[in-house]
Amino acid sequence: MNTNISRGRLNAKKIAPPGLSLLALILLSLLPIFVTDYTIIKINSIISFVIIAVSWSIFSGPTGYISLSTAAFYGLGMYASAILGNHLPLPLVMVISGIASFIIALIIGVITLRLRGVYFTIFTFGLVELLRNLILWLEIKFSGTRGRFVPSVDFQQVFYCILGTLAIILLISYLIKRSRFGLALIGIGESEDAAAHIGINTTLVKVLGFSISSFAVGAVGAAMATRTNYIDPGIAFNMLMSFMPVLMAIFGGMSTIPGPIIGAAVFAYLEELLITKVPEYFMIIFGAIMIIAILFLPNGLTGIAGKLFKRRKGAGKNANT
Amino acid sequence: MSNKILQIVLEGLIMGGIYALISMGLTMQYGVARILNVSHGEFIMVGAFITWMLTTMAGISPLLALIICMPVTFLIGYILHRTLYKKLKDLTPSAGAYEGNAMLISFGLMFIIQSVAQKIWGSSPQGYKYLTFSFKIGKTAIAVNRLFVLFVTIIISVIFYFFLNRTRMGKAIRASSQDPAAAGMMGIKINRVMAICFGIGAILAGIAGSLLSMINNINTSMGMNYTVIALIVVVLGGLGSIPGSLVGGLILGFVGSIVNRIDTSLYMVVFYVLIMVLLLVRPKGLLGR
Repeated sequence: MNTNISRGRLNAKKIAPPGLSLLALILLSLLPIFVTDYTIIKINSIISFVIIAVSWSIFSGPTGYISLSTAAFYGLGMYASAILGNHLPLPLVMVISGIASFIIALIIGVITLRLRGVYFTIFTFGLVELLRNLILWLEIKFSGTRGRFVPSVDFQQVFYCILGTLAIILLISYLIKRSRFGLALIGIGESEDAAAHIGINTTLVKVLGFSISSFAVGAVGAAMATRTNYIDPGIAFNMLMSFMPVLMAIFGGMSTIPGPIIGAAVFAYLEELLITKVPEYFMIIFGAIMIIAILFLPNGLTGIAGKLFKRRKGAGKNANT
Repeated sequence: MSNKILQIVLEGLIMGGIYALISMGLTMQYGVARILNVSHGEFIMVGAFITWMLTTMAGISPLLALIICMPVTFLIGYILHRTLYKKLKDLTPSAGAYEGNAMLISFGLMFIIQSVAQKIWGSSPQGYKYLTFSFKIGKTAIAVNRLFVLFVTIIISVIFYFFLNRTRMGKAIRASSQDPAAAGMMGIKINRVMAICFGIGAILAGIAGSLLSMINNINTSMGMNYTVIALIVVVLGGLGSIPGSLVGGLILGFVGSIVNRIDTSLYMVVFYVLIMVLLLVRPKGLLGR
């Protein structure tokens, strides 16, 4: 009800999220002047995880169709960077890889999203395995190599490219959330039958939603590949990359935009810490956090924050209701 | 030519049988307990390594090790369901949300089991020799251990069939898969039945792993591959259908053994093409309701 009343009027609540994120982006873009190169590289990886988590939750957050294809698009981006990196500038490579991811997601969506239920998850789960096998086979058969070298790019340029992608994906996420399209996605998540009955073309909405949530992953993959100088199918298509955004979004709370951002930032930092400090226990801790988050944090960190906030506000309102 | 065909058929039957065992296990877990258990492959790996350990370190015959494997994997599955998934069920409001969350929990389990196994057994491939001699039919050499695996697979499938169709417990399981709420009202202890189903799924995975260790080398990261295959088979045969899993497993076994003759690294790609065509033509699966 609250949103209905304030529609059309500019109030502080409404412009706060985009305003704050714009401020944060400007501050981030000034960062290379103040901090060391090493910090920039670290922040790069954190931002890339934020992008991936936000794109994942554009589609999977409202609809509940869990996509496990992140690693596939990320790997495709890495290969795009390895093949095209010598001939084209990085931003163009990122755009091409993003478009390629979009088209592949469209094809997968048309095949699997016509159906309801777990088919989509099963299919995307195996997609990573499929692409790894396929690309390995193609490489050995036609180019006679197992791996490729990725031309390295100045990391400041990478930083600004990734920051640009972050700005674009945040804008898209925000616009979708406010549009009829976003409402249609939420409707599908709550009741697909009801959504179809009020005239939403559910298949079209789902397929488009999935494709939109895939393109930025491809772009980020292309940018992050420049950090490692060698890739092979095993490195590029790492299954863990598919689970990271799921975990981050659940951990942060996937029904809001800040949720995945917070989850990704916390987790990316945690990953750095765990991999450098206790590499052999990383996966065990990762799995345990996943289980605990699902059991005890159904709405994530932002859900807890929201609950506390509501409780405080609710105490004052009790008299009226 | 004819001996090549015999080889392909035999190989298809053996791998198909193992795929069928794995997928029937997954179907038990998904069809009744509503858990799409992605850590299924890890139970295969655990079964394989328990057998390997008992055979090489304790000197027990692999067949006996297989029998020891069964209660162990059952207990792991049963306890997991009784603690973790029961807790999840109490905490989640709707059935749809439970399905999604149960799958994600099984991803967490997959990571934990895999890395614990890596701590215990290392990550290098292991193996042992069992019935490695072979005999000849015409010009075709047939390894005895592979034939033995096929034999065990058939026996297990028959036992499983009779268990589901001829016992009271089997009846309770079938009732729960059709309508859990009504089954609960008829006095079936639904939580126990679901835990038992999860345990049976784990047993079938454990047996498959045990059998795989007799014919192939094993390593701690082998599980994922079989999970993907089981998921493909389950979709191919129809989600929740036991006969579907059997047929789907055999089909995939045969296709796999034919593709293996042409190019070993392509089998996953071929499976995928198969699934894509199926989802376009008959999304319910071959024997789906």
